Amino acid sequence: MSRTASVEATGWLARLRTDARARFDALGIPKPTDEDWRQTNVQAVAPFAATAAGPATASAAALDALPLLSVLPCRVVLVNGRFDEALSRLSGLPRGVRVTSLSTELAESPDRWEAYLGRAASVESAPFVALNTALFVDGIVVTVDAGVGAEAPLHIVHVALPGAAPSAIHPRTLVVANTASQLTIVESFVALSAGTYMTNAVTEIVAEPDAQVTHIKIQFEGPECWHVASVAGHQARGARILSHNVSFGAALARNDIGSRLDGEGAECLLYGFYLVDGKQHVDNHTWLDHARPNCPSWEMYKGLLAGNSRAVFNGRILVREGAQKTDAKQSNKNLILGDEAIVYTRPQLVIHANDVKCTHGATIGRLDEESLFYLRTRGIGKDEARNVLIRAFADDVIEKIPVAAVRELLVETLHLRLERDFRGIEA
Amino acid sequence: MLKIENLHATVNGREILKGIDLTVNAGEVHAIMGPNGSGKSTLAQVLAGRETYTITDGSIVLDGKDLSGMQPEDRAREGVFLAFQYPVEIPGVGNVYFLKAALNAIRKHRGLDDLDAIDFLAYVREKMKIVEMDESFLNRSVNEGFSGGEKKRNEIFQMMVLDPKLAILDETDSGLDIDALKIVANGVNAMRSPKRAIVVVTHYQRLLDYIVPDHVHVLADGRIVRSGDRSLALELEKKGYSWIEEEIAR
Repeated sequence: MSRTASVEATGWLARLRTDARARFDALGIPKPTDEDWRQTNVQAVAPFAATAAGPATASAAALDALPLLSVLPCRVVLVNGRFDEALSRLSGLPRGVRVTSLSTELAESPDRWEAYLGRAASVESAPFVALNTALFVDGIVVTVDAGVGAEAPLHIVHVALPGAAPSAIHPRTLVVANTASQLTIVESFVALSAGTYMTNAVTEIVAEPDAQVTHIKIQFEGPECWHVASVAGHQARGARILSHNVSFGAALARNDIGSRLDGEGAECLLYGFYLVDGKQHVDNHTWLDHARPNCPSWEMYKGLLAGNSRAVFNGRILVREGAQKTDAKQSNKNLILGDEAIVYTRPQLVIHANDVKCTHGATIGRLDEESLFYLRTRGIGKDEARNVLIRAFADDVIEKIPVAAVRELLVETLHLRLERDFRGIEA
Repeated sequence: MLKIENLHATVNGREILKGIDLTVNAGEVHAIMGPNGSGKSTLAQVLAGRETYTITDGSIVLDGKDLSGMQPEDRAREGVFLAFQYPVEIPGVGNVYFLKAALNAIRKHRGLDDLDAIDFLAYVREKMKIVEMDESFLNRSVNEGFSGGEKKRNEIFQMMVLDPKLAILDETDSGLDIDALKIVANGVNAMRSPKRAIVVVTHYQRLLDYIVPDHVHVLADGRIVRSGDRSLALELEKKGYSWIEEEIAR
């Protein structure tokens, strides 16, 4: 494919990719002895992580049947990491918003992207970002012109069509929000066929001064998927990034989500919700790099665990020298519904400034017996009382999602899972 | 209406109720008094179906139906209401949702249709007036951030909404100032009806100045040791519980 060949261009891009490959070869697939991967074993992907999945064709009908596709009209579709123009619906894009294929952009105007690609997502200590940078065959570039406020959310749909042999998809998304622009992106990950595969996605968000980007990531892949994703922001003065990260569980899902607050008054909010059962494993590593003064950040991750599932939360906050008046709040709350479920939660605060506020808190608990009894003494049945309390726990984060269609889908999915998988589980 | 016979109950293998016999007829208000640790609150919780207690013997029959093997929600649907001593705060669960779910579950059991939103609000507003609750309360989460008095009023308000056959008030007077006590008592008195039995569990006589009982029982060490009319409560106030305990010991 000419597009794929074009990504193997010369100059800065060739260097970026060669260096990334060298970095990956040096780091290797993380081992459980690596500090950032102690509870998350990804050795199983080693045989196929560097085997890029081939092109595939998805049917429009199958796609339309997926959740959210019919309710979010403005969409760009990637199949096995490649832009699929026929399946995308971009006619409704607001003026000033451009959505294009990354490989096309890199072929036609490579110099334009030198300052952006790799700016937010460093390969330094991130083997999977390095692997994605070395191996992506395509991806999506979204740009918003200065001052443009895009009302309707743009839906980026990552479709996996795994083949017979295990392989990996390395989609790359670059979002550039120019000065004082506003944009909402929903990025969802789905599979349209069964089979073992790995998703290794990297999304970079560059928010120029006073820009506001809302990024909602939803992971819906099946039980044979190994999902690794990085969402990395880079924020200039006064820019805001709101990140929502929803995991409904793969075999294993690992998210590295964070942002560098690189201009005064920049603000970042990270929300997360995960729901796992069986032997599912979800690992969220968040990071906030406070590089400039007067930046607030706020994060709240909440999870529901049933069965033998595992959840890892690691919240890293770095306050660099001179980043005075940093105001960082972090919270991670877990509700355990299964007897064998395990949560590992850890705040990781590194502070090099002296006039800052950083708070963190974590809870791991079961449904409150007193509350259950209270509801039941009012005639509310046991299952409903339990579901009501679970909903109340999850609502905190679900309600913050600014796209109604996504909220409704989450409520519906949560309800379905409570009925199907968590029914009759004792508190 | 309510007939308790030889009720024995344990928690963690320890017997708390040691053979309670009590009959409360429709239209009557009975007060259960007794020193701390006598089993008053246990009795209230056992009637409501708290699973931490095990009924080891005896029966609880309400309006001809044996409650003792029933789940708490089934008892509620049969007409049992417990006003909690410590009402539970449930952040994230709105009062409107909660009341509607409770009311409609009970209505369904009684063979009635769900109330629609308009009828429900009208019904609820009428009850709120009686316990002098502000309407803004409906927009809040169940008991969240309520003062002690507000929580107790909320219990009485819920009782009015759910219209039980048997209302059990567990230390509803504790932590109330005199004004709040009067409001709560007004609510309970408004609920007195020939179709309802009311059991008031209290440590102090004070509440009984406002909710005048037909019968007073004294509970000590898991048994009813004295029964009488209102004058028994007044006597207890004068002499204290040690008098009863001494008499039993004799």
